[in-house]
Parts: sequence; structure tokens; C-alpha cells
Amino acid sequence: MKEVRVVEGSEAVALAVKACRPHVVSAFPISPQTHIVESLARMVADGELSAEYIRTESEFSAASVLAGASAAGSRSYTASSSQGLLLMTEVLYASAGMRLPFVITGVNRSISAPINIQVDHQDTMSLRDAGLIQFYVESSQEAYDIHLAAFKIAEDPAIMLPVMVCMDGWVLTHSYERVELLDQETVDQFLPGFQPQNYLDPADPKTWGSYAEADVLMEFKYAIHQAMTAGKPRIREILAEVATITGRDHGGLIEAYRTDDADVVLVAMGSVVGTIKDAVDALRHGGKKVGLIKIRCYRPFPHTEILEAVRGTRVVAVMDANFSMGSEGAVGLDLKAKLYGRPDAPIVIDYIAGLGGREININTIGKLVERAEEVYRSGRILPEPEWVDLNPALLG
Amino acid sequence: MKITPGAVVKGGTSLDYKTGNWRDQRPVIDQESCKKCGICRDVCPDDAVKVKDEQYEIDSDFCKGCGICAHECTADAINMIPEEK
Repeated sequence: MKEVRVVEGSEAVALAVKACRPHVVSAFPISPQTHIVESLARMVADGELSAEYIRTESEFSAASVLAGASAAGSRSYTASSSQGLLLMTEVLYASAGMRLPFVITGVNRSISAPINIQVDHQDTMSLRDAGLIQFYVESSQEAYDIHLAAFKIAEDPAIMLPVMVCMDGWVLTHSYERVELLDQETVDQFLPGFQPQNYLDPADPKTWGSYAEADVLMEFKYAIHQAMTAGKPRIREILAEVATITGRDHGGLIEAYRTDDADVVLVAMGSVVGTIKDAVDALRHGGKKVGLIKIRCYRPFPHTEILEAVRGTRVVAVMDANFSMGSEGAVGLDLKAKLYGRPDAPIVIDYIAGLGGREININTIGKLVERAEEVYRSGRILPEPEWVDLNPALLG
Repeated sequence: MKITPGAVVKGGTSLDYKTGNWRDQRPVIDQESCKKCGICRDVCPDDAVKVKDEQYEIDSDFCKGCGICAHECTADAINMIPEEK
């Protein structure tokens, strides 16, 4: 039986996590993530969730609690944002290496300096190389649905990696939306208890992440990469299972939206996708062949799906809400690497857009599509990413 | 070493790694000056000071040559000697 509520995005995440019956929740506050762990604290205090709720003195400790709890065989969860995620970085790399299958919500927020609390993807993008599986969601409903999948993916014996669900701060976490919830029985059937292959046990002492010299370290790292890439079919299956039990199919690793005959395809992640869908509809109505690829699963990178969806496309315009200083946007780099050398490769434009919460609306998208068409007509590949709505007057 | 997920192995693997070969200097205990107070054993980060037949000895399989024992010895009974090739 389904229940419909109008809830804040943070509450939707907390309700999904609660339904997954975590044993351990660690928490340290930082905007815009705080409402998630506050909701979970309330659920524990009210006796709705039977979990060990551990308040820590920093994000480093919050992540360390997850690592320890997970190694002890507990299903574990936390959430963080921005600087908080950066402070967790060392532990998150180590946790991926130790193959600890916890779930963490990365509520996206810009990184200081200058200090800014609005959304962009720089924080979670900085963790893309850690060995975490990363999802990006468009709506609170998708956030709810993906969190159900996240634990099952993380704990799959062939995968065994931490999963990070990335969700735009404020725009999603603090907006009230209609969210459909599953009943506990359905979730329990979908997600049985965590069955760890190894767990900390004083009667049978084991070491996690033991010393590995140059003769074996590459193989350990390769094994993480392999678990991710070879895990793609399993991730697709689990997402499909969620689609079945919820009756909502948000797509697999990507969602291809009106890409079939598109000349221009935009590629984006997060809540901006909703805006782009409206823009695509309006542009289509005006006769332009425009489509959209929403990347749902960013790590492992779903290049097979993307290449299939952009076949026959003239220009692929990537919207990067992050930037690798001195280089380009992360998603653009990923995509160009996979397109390079293909005879049918479309032109790729890397748009850097929305940093620090700068607005991206339907008109912005219209302009970007026009610019993409102009680039196509010129036949010239842009040597640098384009910074959208950059104000030269402010740069002196 | 077998490639296990997460490098999870039985405990006590540090015994298999003879880290003594990292050493470029070694502690030498002057048994006549040694007061057998045990401070060197307590402060050794590698548990490389052993007591054998009531004498303090350095386990060269694990001593990394850090010199903390010599620094802390209250009887100045430990000298650090450079290792030679």
C-alpha cells in the first residue's frame, strides 16, 4: 500500500533511510544537510526507528563511525555537505578501499572560499575518484526511491562499496513536494537485513585494509574499479526492482529524454534536469530537435548508455555544476574521453553553469541551445569550456 | 598475498612484515649501564624491545631505528649506531 505525503526533501530522504532499517546513524550538522539527520534523530527519539544514533564532534568522526559500524556488520548511514564532505574525504577513500557498504547522502553545496551555502556540485564531484558509487537525483521522489536502492547496491556481495546519493541543497532538501512512500513490508521484502561476508569479531580477529606493498596495491585498486564497472548490470537490475515496487521508472543509469532524433543533446545531473525538461519541451514545440540526457549514476560512469543515446547527434552540450581548476568541468571531461576517436563523435561543448547557486532557468537553456547550434554551424570545436552568464564587468 | 575485497585478512599480519629493513640506524644497549627499568620497552612504537634472560634486547626484525628508546633511556645506556651497507 502506498502513502502520499507532502514533505520536505530532507524528510523524504529520512523516511527512505528509516524504511531501510539502519543499525547506526552518525550525525554532524551542516547546511543544507542538517534536516535529514535531525529528522532521523526525531524518529529514533520517538521510537519509530530502532538505531544507534551517534552524534559526533566532526564530519571526520561521523564518517569514521560509519566505517567502524559497517565493518562491525551494521547497516550504517549519514549525510553531509560541502566542507563537511571534504573533511570526510580521507575516511571515504579508505572506506571504499575497505569495501564498506554504507550509504551517505551528499547534499550538494558550494565549497568555500568564498563562503557560499547555495547549490553546486563541486563538493561531491571532489569525491568522484574515491571509489564511491554516486547517484544524482532530480526530485525528492527520486531521492526517496534511490535511497531504497542505495543500500541494496552497496551491500550486493559482488559490489560492496559505499554509495553516495547526491541531492541538490535547498532546491530539493528544503522544498515541499508530493512524495509517495512505500509500506514497510514492501521495503523489507525488497531489502532484507545486511548479510556481511566479513565483520569485526573478537573471537576471529581480522584486519581491514591491511598493508599492501607495490606488488599488490594496483590489483586492490583495480578490484574496486572492477567491482564498479562489472557491477553496472546489477545496479541496473536493482534500479529496475525499485521501479517495479514503486511503479515509478526514473530510468536506469541514465534517463534519455527526447533524444531519439535530437540534433542537440544536453547532459545534466541534479535538480536542473527538471528545468531542462521543460525547456526541451518548449524548444521542441518551437520546432527545435533538442533532447536531454540525465545522468543518474555518475560513478560508475554510464558511457555505454550515453554513447547509445547521442548516436546521430550533432552537438552534445554538457552542463557542469563543477570545475576542475586549471582544466575543465568533470562531466565534460568524462564524456569527451569516451567519445574521442569515434568517427561519429558529436561536437562537445562544456558549459560551466550554476556555480554557487546561480540561477539556470528556461531562458538560460534556450540561450545555451542557440549557442550550441551556432558552434555546430561554425564547425569549430571550442578550445575551452564556456562559463554561462559570466559577468566580465565584475572581473575588472 | 591474495586480493580479497577490502584487503580483509586474518589479524596479526604485521608479524609477517619484517619492517626492520627500513632501518638506517640501530640501537645498541650497553648491558652494564642498563638499569632494567623497562622504559625503552614501554615507549617503543614497534614493540621491538624484548626481555630475554633478564636482559633487554632489540628485535631487529621490527626495530625501524627511530631512536625513541635511546632518547628516553634514563641511564644513557642505548646508543644509535648507523647501519652500514
